[in-house]
Amino acid sequence: MSFVSYLLNGISLGSVYAIIALGYTMVYGIAKMLNFAHGDIIMVGAYVAFVTITGMGLPIPVSILLSVIACTVLGVAIERIAYKPLRHASKLAVLITAIGASYFLQNMALLIFGANTKSFTSVVTMDPVVLADGQLSISGETIVTVLACILIMAGLMAFMRFSRAGRAMLAVSEDDGAAQLMGINVNGTIALTFAIGSGLAAIAGVLLCSAYPALTPYTGSMPGIKAFVAAVFGGIGSIPGAFIGGILLGVIEILGKAYISSQLSDAIVFAILIVVLVVKPTGILGKQVQEKV
Amino acid sequence: MKNTAKRMKGNTATYGIVVLAYILCEIVMRTGHMSSLMKGLLVPLCVYAILAVSLNLTVGILGELSLGHAGFMCVGAFTSAVFSKCMAQTITVPTVRFLLAVLIGVVCAGVCGLLVGIPVLRLRGDYLAIVTLAFGEIIKNVINVLYLGVDSRGFHLSIKDVMSLNLEEDGMVIINSAQGITGAPTDSNFTLGVILLLITLFIVLNLIDSRAGRAIMSIRDNRIAAESIGIDITKYKMLAFSISAALAGAAGVLYAHNLSTLTALPKNFGYNMSITILVFVVLGGLGNIRGSMIAAVVLTLLPELLRFLSDYRMLIYAVVLIVAMILVWSPGGIALRERILAWNPLRKREKEVQ
Repeated sequence: MSFVSYLLNGISLGSVYAIIALGYTMVYGIAKMLNFAHGDIIMVGAYVAFVTITGMGLPIPVSILLSVIACTVLGVAIERIAYKPLRHASKLAVLITAIGASYFLQNMALLIFGANTKSFTSVVTMDPVVLADGQLSISGETIVTVLACILIMAGLMAFMRFSRAGRAMLAVSEDDGAAQLMGINVNGTIALTFAIGSGLAAIAGVLLCSAYPALTPYTGSMPGIKAFVAAVFGGIGSIPGAFIGGILLGVIEILGKAYISSQLSDAIVFAILIVVLVVKPTGILGKQVQEKV
Repeated sequence: MKNTAKRMKGNTATYGIVVLAYILCEIVMRTGHMSSLMKGLLVPLCVYAILAVSLNLTVGILGELSLGHAGFMCVGAFTSAVFSKCMAQTITVPTVRFLLAVLIGVVCAGVCGLLVGIPVLRLRGDYLAIVTLAFGEIIKNVINVLYLGVDSRGFHLSIKDVMSLNLEEDGMVIINSAQGITGAPTDSNFTLGVILLLITLFIVLNLIDSRAGRAIMSIRDNRIAAESIGIDITKYKMLAFSISAALAGAAGVLYAHNLSTLTALPKNFGYNMSITILVFVVLGGLGNIRGSMIAAVVLTLLPELLRFLSDYRMLIYAVVLIVAMILVWSPGGIALRERILAWNPLRKREKEVQ
């Protein structure tokens, strides 16, 4: 039974990675950039929820909504200030700017909230479900996280396929020049992508901190990096890929922690990334893109 | 030809700056005007300068981003410290022991660079950044769980605890997981640091001026054009990256031999360290070797001299990264720069074109 409970923990953690990876993969697909600040937006989302719940005593749904709004605004603002001027600059420049933005958020949080660990109150009030005569207990956080992840993924896929804005995103990710000629507002579409990705990051932050309640300015950076690994794992740019990659990564991490070594679990995750890149650089569901000269 | 002469002059100036700074420091130190804080900073300054120069080879000359430079530094530091601790009794001349340690550290870091580079450098895109980041984390994690001991039967390795090493009575624990390496001889000093820095500069500057260096820069400027004139992209990328990693290893050796206790903390070998080095490179100027060296020295000294800024240092670094990139690359930033330069009547027109 312990294996099943580890597996469930892994799926729960993997769902959080998947939600974060969705934001990564959408931004990568459209803006063709690694948004290193994405992980830190998670942290900001968690802090907003922490302040509004613990500090101001607002009801949980309101504070989650506030956190999503704050992160959406923040994501669009970062895009507008730091990334938009560099749209046609070299990739290296954008990458360095993204690292700068990530660092900025971390250190801002450090100045505002201090380095002390804040203890986050779980937003899930559901009782754990007990199965198999009490041998297996599934926490409310696990159920909510997995459900949220599945809902978000399904919603995003429907959005991409059926809505006008979603199809505009697909068009921009395919060829932004041609999309612009077809009358698509490229800048607006990119801003919308950042908005959606950052809003998802806020939800991921709240869910992550509900399951692992220690909140520091660096809370977001490691999950952010791992979510990126998940996105690469599943095939960067692909929404179902991010989902599969996230779940796999979460399961591998928790099982590695349980059966191999708790300190080495990060190393195992990263080693897997390197192996994936050697064997299949485009990831599980990634497409091979031919390059035209 | 004129170009070559100009570059030679520039290179000589770079070496000259280092030698001059060294002589100045020595004079100040000998006459007893240097504070103990400054004395403690001399070797780290050399470490950071070497790291900045070596990272500039990857970021500025090759045009790839490495976020795990601290990882290569870590490899160099730990392999060489293990060597020095084992050889502490066998080789008694510190300088010889140090030079051998440098050799070991450089080779190990270079091999790691090669191993990281093989899967990644044949891919296009930003994969190098993320894989080097992963590598840095792996190295740090592994060293923090590693136990290494030695006795008459040879080396013993474990990831559990000291007991499971099964050492004999006279055995010695070398790496004690998170406690790191204690009691390795502190062989490095400022003179050796400056010599290492000069060697690093010599290698990098000569590489840039060589046929291989021009090939590397052509890959950075236009990969497709470079490929079409028959440049072996992967080979030259590997060359530049592994040299860069090896030099970071040299910096690690210098770092390790300046401390009595060497531990792999996030502070010294983590992601933050890699970013700090990147800031040196970006602020000193991508591809400008002398610039990154000077930036490393200035940015290491500034926070020490301006203690009150220490809380804001990382925040300022972040803003510097963003602003520098926007000024250099965005249309608005370029226009602004042009206006500022045009306003300055002393500045010659030709310099802007570069």
